[in-house]
Amino acid sequence: MAGLKIDQVHKYYGETRALAGVTFHVAQGEIVAVLGPSGCGKSTLLEIIAGLEKPTRGDVLWDQVSLSGVPPFKRNFGLMFQDFALFPHRNAYENVAFGLLMAHRSQKYILERVIEMLELVGLPGFGQRDVNTLSGGEQQRVALARALAPDPRLLMLDEPLGSLDRNLRERLVMDLSKILHRMQQTAIYVTHDQEEAFAVADRVVVMNAGRVEQIGTPQQIYLHPASTFVARFLGLSNLLRGEIRQRDGRRVVKTGVGILPVDSQAEGDVTVLIRPDAVQLNGKGACQLEGIVSETSFRGNTCRAVITVNDIDLRFDFPSQVHLPQVGEAVRLGFDPQEALQVFPSPESRSEET
Amino acid sequence: MSEPTRQLHPQGTQERNRPSSSRLRSWFQKLPVSALLWLAPLIFLGLFYFYPLGSILGISLTRSQAGLLDPFIQALKSASIRSVLWFTIWQAILSTLLTLLVGLPGAFLLARYEFRGKSLIRALTGIPFVMPTLVVAAAFNALLGPRGWANLGLMSLFNLESPPIQFTNSLVAILVAHVFYNTTIVLRMVGDFWSHIDPRMAQAAQMLGANRWQTARYVTLPILAPAIAAASLLVFIFDFTSFGVILILGGPRFATLEVEIYYQTISLFNLPLAAVLSIIQLACTLGLTVAYTRLSARLSRPISLRPQRYTQRLLDTWPRKVVAAAMITFLLVLMVTPLLGLAVRSFTRFETAGAGSPALQGVTLDYYRELNINRRESLFYVTPSTAVAISLGYAFTTVFLALLLGLPAAWALARAPSPEAPRAGEAALVPAGSNPDSAHPAGGGRRTSAKIMQGLDALLMLPLGTSAVTLGLGFIVALDRPPLDLRASPFLVPLAHTLVAFPFVVRSLTPALRSIRPRLRQAAAVMGASPGQVLRHVDLPLVGRALLVAATFAFTISLGEFGATALIARPEYPTVPVAIYRLISQPGALNYGQALALSTILMVVTAAGMLAIERFRIADVGEF
Repeated sequence: MAGLKIDQVHKYYGETRALAGVTFHVAQGEIVAVLGPSGCGKSTLLEIIAGLEKPTRGDVLWDQVSLSGVPPFKRNFGLMFQDFALFPHRNAYENVAFGLLMAHRSQKYILERVIEMLELVGLPGFGQRDVNTLSGGEQQRVALARALAPDPRLLMLDEPLGSLDRNLRERLVMDLSKILHRMQQTAIYVTHDQEEAFAVADRVVVMNAGRVEQIGTPQQIYLHPASTFVARFLGLSNLLRGEIRQRDGRRVVKTGVGILPVDSQAEGDVTVLIRPDAVQLNGKGACQLEGIVSETSFRGNTCRAVITVNDIDLRFDFPSQVHLPQVGEAVRLGFDPQEALQVFPSPESRSEET
Repeated sequence: MSEPTRQLHPQGTQERNRPSSSRLRSWFQKLPVSALLWLAPLIFLGLFYFYPLGSILGISLTRSQAGLLDPFIQALKSASIRSVLWFTIWQAILSTLLTLLVGLPGAFLLARYEFRGKSLIRALTGIPFVMPTLVVAAAFNALLGPRGWANLGLMSLFNLESPPIQFTNSLVAILVAHVFYNTTIVLRMVGDFWSHIDPRMAQAAQMLGANRWQTARYVTLPILAPAIAAASLLVFIFDFTSFGVILILGGPRFATLEVEIYYQTISLFNLPLAAVLSIIQLACTLGLTVAYTRLSARLSRPISLRPQRYTQRLLDTWPRKVVAAAMITFLLVLMVTPLLGLAVRSFTRFETAGAGSPALQGVTLDYYRELNINRRESLFYVTPSTAVAISLGYAFTTVFLALLLGLPAAWALARAPSPEAPRAGEAALVPAGSNPDSAHPAGGGRRTSAKIMQGLDALLMLPLGTSAVTLGLGFIVALDRPPLDLRASPFLVPLAHTLVAFPFVVRSLTPALRSIRPRLRQAAAVMGASPGQVLRHVDLPLVGRALLVAATFAFTISLGEFGATALIARPEYPTVPVAIYRLISQPGALNYGQALALSTILMVVTAAGMLAIERFRIADVGEF
């Protein structure tokens, strides 16, 4: 299998476990996002792939060949740092040219390549600018050009948009995705922001506490989270404790909000997710719930309502066009259990909290 | 019409009645408060810095018949003066290079690694820098001198009759003492800067294909360069103007400009030549100081500095631990053993029994007891304990004078809008993408006043760039005749010490005074603090600590000052360093022991003072 393979990588700092058997691969030309909360080990993973840290156990391979013992500067990988780590004593041109200088490319090639890269990232003519005077977005682009210039076989991006403000981030994430796909760049994109991950990546690796929770396409991950952690991390917070039962020959789950029909092979104690966006007001659907509106907030393209059912708060998102009931009003919710419910076999002990 | 006008503008009426006094008052009102604050410090500098230096210049020009430059050309034509100048330069270059050689690896270790006992090592390696030259000279004497530990040990081990190591009066002694002295500068200046450089710079270089050597050459060293250059320049300045070390450890064979000025003044009474040499020296040091100020300003250029916790790692492999341990041991041996040897030697008595090797007689307090006894019974000879009393008197006077003059100057500096461009840390806080020009909406007037402030600030720092011996010579030639005849005044020495301590006092007070913004007082008042409580809970805690730091600086500087004091102290009123110098240059085990005892006392007091400063000083990185 061509490309990068991460094989059972463990990393301990003294007694502290940073990574516990991480395994996944990145195919040639594929963009994989590593998604997880801060402290989940994703930056450590990048450092190990880059060769800046050694794994305690496990191996990193490229095209089936182990990279252990290969120093960072011989791996031909690119790494774009969080906050960019541009060289402050070199101008934009010299920053982009650095990797090419180290590779002893000819002056002519370097000149052409740097100009090409600066154009690619949308900064033509910025070569002589002092990097300290560039704006955050411009620095990000110089950092990208610098990482791409030596034509690395793998590009790693560590929270590349993390330090930028929201508007800039939304614009740059599309540019970034376009550039990476156009160059057919094999890339690992580390982020804690699901929207960034979904926008850029072909596949997403969700990490938690040094382990891989789920690997899949953005759609697979969002529509079928593999664990309560993934669901909660994606903002799917309506998680209820439940117990699977047989009733009239059909499988149902008994929860705090009532008995719901499910389509699951699980037995015993389970956790049930009610997707916040798959529910209608005023009861259309095979399944019904009654509750009282206890909070509403307008969020632009959606409206969020907290609806209390049997003393349990559930959060739902409705299209903005829908006429929302007032706080205190009773409502009847309707949904299709196939679409709106998902059952996780693990018992969820803290279903009331989010 | 005049009635209501008078009621509305009572001052206007007074103006009409007493025009002369009101004009004076309005002149005073127009005069900024800072001008009044500057009055005393500027008069002080004028009388005790510029007037003496002017007198030196005047004397150096008295012999000039063939133009103003003639005395300087004559001096530089003399082979002996040329060799002094040449020696001054090359020993300073050599000392600086050696200091870098020792300091840079240490700076790397302290900057990049976190380990147990690091703050202790930092503190220990900081001690030599603040030690008076006389203590340093005595310490190396106690370790490697003819009566030092090393020689005594070798003599008793191999039954030798004469000390085998010839350390004192050698070039090696000078170089070692200079490295001992100034390694701290490299450790602190380069190390602190290094510890804030983002380690991801080096990682980024490696990811772009640079090996370790290329990373150091193209990334780490260029980023560090301003810090290394500034530290080197400062070390060079100190080595260039080295006095006590050369005088005592170098012996008569070696003379820097500073020592030559001293000899010409004290032994040969050739004041015109001493003055010429002083002017040459002054030109060099001022030039170097300007260069240093420029360089250290470049240190504050925007570089993405990171908090230390992101830049340091643990010593996690055995090879690293071994190398680090070796480096720390080397640093401690170099920087701590001489001082330790001094202290222990001052409590130890050896007896040379006949022609044999010296034998350890055990622990003794004899040297300390002898401090109180005047064995010579000469008029000019005073007991060492008298010297301690004299030094203390001078030190307290210096503290008083330095605070009296430094406080208004610091206050005036603090009132002015900060003339500096945003420093590294602040620059990073300016949101990315914002127009850098918009951060400084400085009008023309404010810019002018900032320029004036910058000029005055530089003026206050001038004594720092002037060698102590030059200051002493200036006092001798300027203040021994009317209009200012201070030869017999007990204030002569404290005035010189105040001049040396003044920049330090101003530098410690200004940041603290600047930190008290009106907002703080307002905030306290809004929360219900009465003016008295504001003074007690806001102003005093902030300024009080800075005052303590400034006072301690003045105190320890006065106690240890040797260069100027050696020239101007009257023989019957020696300070502790002068007494040490006299004792150590006289033969006899007892004199030697007393010198060590006095040095030990001075060392302990200085170390305690500096410890207090470290403890109480408000974080003001980059002020020195």
